[in-house]
Amino acid sequence: MRWLQRHIRPEQVREFSLLLLIVLAVLIFGSLIDGYYTSRTFNRIAASVAIITVVAVGQTLVVLTRGIDLSVGSIVGCTAYFAGAMIAAHKGMSPILAVLIAVALGTLMGAINGVLVAFGRVPPIIVTLGSLAIFRGILIDYSGAKTVTTDSLPSWLIDLPRLTFVTIGNLDIRAMFALAVAIVVLFQLGTSFLNAGRQFYAMGSNPDAAHLIGLPTRRIQFSAFVLSGALSGLAGFMFLARFGSITVEAARGLELQVVAAVVVGGVNIFGGSGTVVGAMLGAIMIGTLEQSLFRLQISEFWRDAILGLLILLAVASDAVILDRLRALWARTDLKLVSTAAPEAER
Amino acid sequence: MTLPPFLRRWETLLLAMLVLIAGANMAATPFYLGVGNIVNLFQLEIEKIIVALMMTLIIINGEIDLSVASVMGLAACVAAYLFHAGWPMPVALLAALASGALAGAINGFWTAYVGLPSLAVTLAGLIGYRGIARILVEDRAYGGFPDWFNALGQQPQFGPLTVSIVIFVVMFAIMAVVLHRSILGRLVYVMGNNLQAARYSGVRVKRVKLLLFIASGAIAALAGLLYAARLGSVRGDMAVGFELDIITIVLLGGVSIFGGSGNLLGVGLSILVILNLRNGMGLADITGNTQTSVIGALLILSVLLPNMAQAVHTKWKGRET
Repeated sequence: MRWLQRHIRPEQVREFSLLLLIVLAVLIFGSLIDGYYTSRTFNRIAASVAIITVVAVGQTLVVLTRGIDLSVGSIVGCTAYFAGAMIAAHKGMSPILAVLIAVALGTLMGAINGVLVAFGRVPPIIVTLGSLAIFRGILIDYSGAKTVTTDSLPSWLIDLPRLTFVTIGNLDIRAMFALAVAIVVLFQLGTSFLNAGRQFYAMGSNPDAAHLIGLPTRRIQFSAFVLSGALSGLAGFMFLARFGSITVEAARGLELQVVAAVVVGGVNIFGGSGTVVGAMLGAIMIGTLEQSLFRLQISEFWRDAILGLLILLAVASDAVILDRLRALWARTDLKLVSTAAPEAER
Repeated sequence: MTLPPFLRRWETLLLAMLVLIAGANMAATPFYLGVGNIVNLFQLEIEKIIVALMMTLIIINGEIDLSVASVMGLAACVAAYLFHAGWPMPVALLAALASGALAGAINGFWTAYVGLPSLAVTLAGLIGYRGIARILVEDRAYGGFPDWFNALGQQPQFGPLTVSIVIFVVMFAIMAVVLHRSILGRLVYVMGNNLQAARYSGVRVKRVKLLLFIASGAIAALAGLLYAARLGSVRGDMAVGFELDIITIVLLGGVSIFGGSGNLLGVGLSILVILNLRNGMGLADITGNTQTSVIGALLILSVLLPNMAQAVHTKWKGRET
């Protein structure tokens, strides 16, 4: 037990239990649905998870610093639409330039949020509630309520969702899913080992203390929103590739799914704890439920009710179980200190 | 240079904004001051502003209720479902109100007694209650309610006023008394300012929080039923996204998102500012989406400008000494 406690943190226990829950859900759905264990099921789940995951990584960074970014749905919609319109107008545009445009636009929008939060001292929920409406309004006004249609897009973009990155057995890992996983790995390593990454946690655990020890708290907050915007821009491009036809209502309400994924994934809504991998597991859990309930054909209308219950359970287990675990861990630490202390005195 | 205290108040700024907007509206169109337009101005957003009153108490208390729009939809769907299952309409309406109160009680239980953040609990409620509404009506649209029910939302009953507007006015008066003249109101502020201090002073914080969330659910349900009466039909996706508008109204009214400060006068003025702004832009043929953008910008500016003024003021003082 003591060995276990020394090598595993309570948060990891939680992520592991979420992983078990996902496996359990897959086993249950597998026994209920004929032909569930196919690469088609996997791809369908992976396609929806990929987009949510990329946005959820950015959201995790913002939530870690005690913020929330409600404008991500509008950013994804804007970047998907404008990148689509741009590509449709210039058919010969190189794919890399198209991705860069989407990311740059998202970064700009995230930077606007970031400036207002970090340097304007406006609470994140107010800024992003406002920019949720403003970005969507800009999209609707500038697009003239026209739609980007699939047949106006070049074939490389239409075929992108079916592009296979690597084949394992008879599972095709699509490039978009691989990209999402790569981003999760990158940001997990960054937030675990890089100085700049740890600063997000320091800032979220105790902003005053972070300021007192000389951390650039404003810059940290700013960069969290910029990264959230940039990743939303990338997700906007993936959204465009996946759906092809983009209306001005694209990705409306996505922010709720993303926040749900982050919360289910164990990121504390008050900042300071949680991981990028956890957010991805949250996205996978939600994606699996969504797609599987759809296949189960009981009624797609049950989906939201179950999702709501799941979020509640995730948050409740976070508060009740994780607090117990943390107390257990802390108690053992105390014992170790008190047994070590007399030796030190001698 | 120091301004007299009343000029520095948030409500003064809102009042100035209101006079400016009303003036511009009057200059722009002769129809603005007609009784029909004024009633219409309230009528178009009446459900949101009813819910905003209770949301004011919730936010001052230091919590938030994101699930109100879903509870509005849920209540309307419960009423429609039961009515079409053969229940008499009054009973169906009571059941709908009860479902709203129950939804609020669930929010309140997890927030107050288990101690979860209300942002997360009511986010789950936002998705979950909408889900229950969808289970009840699926993708159908229910109409064909009794005439007296539709008349509640559509026809003027008290002079030129509709029932919804009268309910709003009465509720505003009740809320003002509760928040500013009752013990419960003081507790709402005290808990919003410092929950621990309130608990150690012997305030039954859990019970007060639970009560507030139940009231929030019940009032949202009432607003949902009024919305159904106004539209004359019920669908699973009615009132989707209203929570953002409702919270915007409250925050623009000078209520701190962190709890503990704000008052109903500010929220009342903010309601008038937003309604007149939307109405004026509507009369000037500006679309609903641009209106929403403008109100979003107003929300951000309403916090940003005082902050910047404060920063400039501090810097100025620093230079003098």
